Amino acid sequence: MHNNNKNLSSSQVIASAMLSDEKINFRQYLTSAEMKAIEHEVLIMENREAAGIEALKVVQQHRGWISDDSLVAIAQCLNISSAQLEGVATFYNLIYRQKVGRYVIHVCNSISCHLNDYENILLTISSHLGISYGQTTEDGLFTLLSNACLGNCDKSPAMMINDKHYHSLTPDSVIAILNGLSLNVGQYYD
Amino acid sequence: MIDPNWLTSALAQAKTKPLTHLVNLEQPLNIEDYICAGGYCGARKAVTELTPKEVLALVSDSGLKGRGGAGFPTGMKWSCVPSLQDKSLAMNATGNSYLICNGDEMEPGTFKDRYLLEGVPHQLIESMIIASYTLSANKAFIFLRGEYHVAAKRLQQAIDQAYENNWLGERIQGTGYRLDLYIHTSAGRYICGEETALINALEGKRANPRAKPPFPQVSGLFGKPTVVNNVETLSNLPHILKHGGEWFKNLSPNSDPGTKIYAACGQVKNPGLWELPMGVTIRELLYEHAGGMKSGMQLKGLLPGGASTDFLVPEHLDTPMDFDSIGKAGSRLGTGGLIVLGDKHCPVAMVLNLLQFFAQESCGWCTPCRDGTAWAVEILTRIEHGQGTSKDLTQLAELCDFMWLGKTHCALAPGAVEPLKSAMRYFKDDFEQHIKQGCCTYHQNNLLSAKYISKVANNG
Ligand SMILES: Cc1cc2nc3c(=O)[nH]c(=O)nc-3n(C[C@H](O)[C@H](O)[C@H](O)COP(=O)(O)O)c2cc1C
Ligand code: SF4
Ligand code: FES
Repeated sequence: MHNNNKNLSSSQVIASAMLSDEKINFRQYLTSAEMKAIEHEVLIMENREAAGIEALKVVQQHRGWISDDSLVAIAQCLNISSAQLEGVATFYNLIYRQKVGRYVIHVCNSISCHLNDYENILLTISSHLGISYGQTTEDGLFTLLSNACLGNCDKSPAMMINDKHYHSLTPDSVIAILNGLSLNVGQYYD
Repeated sequence: MIDPNWLTSALAQAKTKPLTHLVNLEQPLNIEDYICAGGYCGARKAVTELTPKEVLALVSDSGLKGRGGAGFPTGMKWSCVPSLQDKSLAMNATGNSYLICNGDEMEPGTFKDRYLLEGVPHQLIESMIIASYTLSANKAFIFLRGEYHVAAKRLQQAIDQAYENNWLGERIQGTGYRLDLYIHTSAGRYICGEETALINALEGKRANPRAKPPFPQVSGLFGKPTVVNNVETLSNLPHILKHGGEWFKNLSPNSDPGTKIYAACGQVKNPGLWELPMGVTIRELLYEHAGGMKSGMQLKGLLPGGASTDFLVPEHLDTPMDFDSIGKAGSRLGTGGLIVLGDKHCPVAMVLNLLQFFAQESCGWCTPCRDGTAWAVEILTRIEHGQGTSKDLTQLAELCDFMWLGKTHCALAPGAVEPLKSAMRYFKDDFEQHIKQGCCTYHQNNLLSAKYISKVANNG
C-alpha cells in the first residue's frame, strides 16, 4: 500500500494512511497455519485479490476478529491496499472489525421472526445478559448482534450463535441455551 | 447404509416430486446411495451421449424458468454465452466460461434452497456438472451465504466424494471433460445475491452491482462469460435430462412447466415447504398445506414470494401460484414462499420491518436507494408511533416513484417499493387510522391483551 496510493482517490488515501502501519510485516504477523490456509484459497482464484473474503475469514477463525493490524497484514499478503480491503471487510455482517465475545449471538430480525415476536426474544437475551445490540458482556463471553433472515423462517423466531442455529425460540428456551453455554465455558476452563 | 424402506417410498415420488424426493435432512445420501437411487444418470447422459448444444436444446424445450426470483427462461439465458453461439467452440470445452450457483438465499421469508443444499447435496453437484458441460465451463462455484454452515459442510463432503468417484476433476467418467467445483462462503450481505454484485464479491471486490450491459453471459467473472443460476433452477436439470422436456411440461397443469418448492411462513398454523406442481392456488397452499391461519386470526394479506414482492389480499386467494398469474394479480411469484400476515398484527409495523431490512442492506451505491430506503424507514417509524401526518403519506408515495425501476442501479430498491406501495394501497385505512388516532391501534390491542394475560397469570 505504500507506492500504489497514486491510484486511489483522496479519501481512500486518508483511510489507507490511517491504517498503514509500517511496523507490520505480514510474514511475521500471520502464522504459518494462517498463511497456508490463505495460499490455499489464493490458488483457487485467478488473482490474489479475489481471495479477500476467504483470507479475512481465515484470520478471524484463528483470532476471533479482524484488528487493524490483521487487516494491514492480510492486505499486504494479498498485494492490495488496506483501504480496499477495509472496504470489503466493513461491507459484511459476519466479518467482525471489533473484538467480540467467545459467543456471538445473531438474532434474526427479519419478517417472519418479526411476525412471530422476535422482539420478545431479543428483550429476554438483552435483559438476561445486560447488553444490547453491538455490546459484549463484561466477562467477554457474549456479544449481541442482529442478523437478516437466517433461512429458518418456518421455525421462527430464530438465532445463530457462532456456527450453530437455534429455532422455535421461547424466552425460556433462550435462557436455557445461554445458561448452557456459560456452563460449558466453565467446564472448558476447569 | 441406506434404509430400503425409505428408498422405496422416496423412489415412488421420483416423478412427481423430482426436486425433493431424495431430500434427507438428518443424513443426506452419500454418493453410492445417491447413485443407487438413480443419481448421476442425468449427468452421465449429458457428458457421454449429448453435445452441449443438444443439452441446451433439451433445457430450452423444457421451458424451465429461473427460480431465483425473476423467472427468466434458463435456456435463453444460457444461449447468450458465446461458445453456444459459435459452432466451432461448441464441441469441446474451452475453459473460457464459468458457472456460478447462486446459493446466497438472503431474501427474508425464503428457505427453499437451504432445504436442497442440506438435504440432497449430490443433486446440486450433478446439476452443476450438466450446466457446466453445456456452457463449456471447467470451473464452477457455489456461492453460499455465510450463515449456512451445515450446507457448507455437507456440500464439501459431497464434492470430495464426487472427486473420488471421477464425477469431478480430470476426464470425468472417461470423457475428455474436466470440471473443478468450489464453494465460496459469503459473509452476510443481501446484495451479494444480485448476480453482478455476486460476481464482484467473488472477485474479492466490494459487492456493488455492475452496470449491464455487458451481461454476465458475455463478460462476467474475471471478464469471462458467466452464467449465474439459482440452486432450485439448477436442481431441475438431472430430471429433465433423465425424463425429458415433455415430462417436465406435464408436471404442471398450466403454461409454466415443472414443479416448484413452495413455502409458507409468518402467521400460519403449519409453516413449512412443499414441492407441488407449478400453479397451485394460494388458497390450497395456505389452507391445505400450511394448515390455515394461526388460531384466532383471519388472513389480512400476504407476500407471495419473499420480502420484495407486492402484497396480495384475500380476494386473490384463488390465484394460481405461477409467474404469469401472480403477475396479473399485481405481484411477482418471486421465490414462491408466502409470508402471511394475520388481522391481529399491524401492517404498518410489518412494512416498517421490511423497509428496515432494505435500508440496512442497500449497498449505498445510488442515491434513490441509499436515501430513499432510509427516509421511508424514518417516515414509517413516525406513522407507526402515532406521530405521522397526512403529508407523510404523500411523501411515501413520492418515494415509491423515486425508487422505482429504471431510477436505480439494481433491483433492490424497486424490490423495497413493492411491499410498501401495495401496502399503502390495500391497507390505506390502517395507515390513515394511525395518523388520525395518533397511535397504533394494533399495538393498543396488544398492550391490552398483554395486560390481560399477566392479570390472568397473577390470578392463576
Ligand atoms: C437484491 C437482490 C438479491 C438477490 N438475491 C438472490 C439470491 O439470494 N438467490 C438467487 O438465486 N437469486 C437472487 N437474486 C436474483 C439474481 O440476481 C439472479 O436473477 C438469479 O440468481 C438468477 O438465477 P435464475 O435464472 O436461476 O433464477 C437477487 C436479486 C436481487 C436484485
Ligand atoms: S439500488 Fe440500492 S442496492 Fe442496488 S445498487 Fe443502488 S444502492 Fe445498491
Ligand atoms: S425471518 Fe427469521 S429466519 Fe427468516
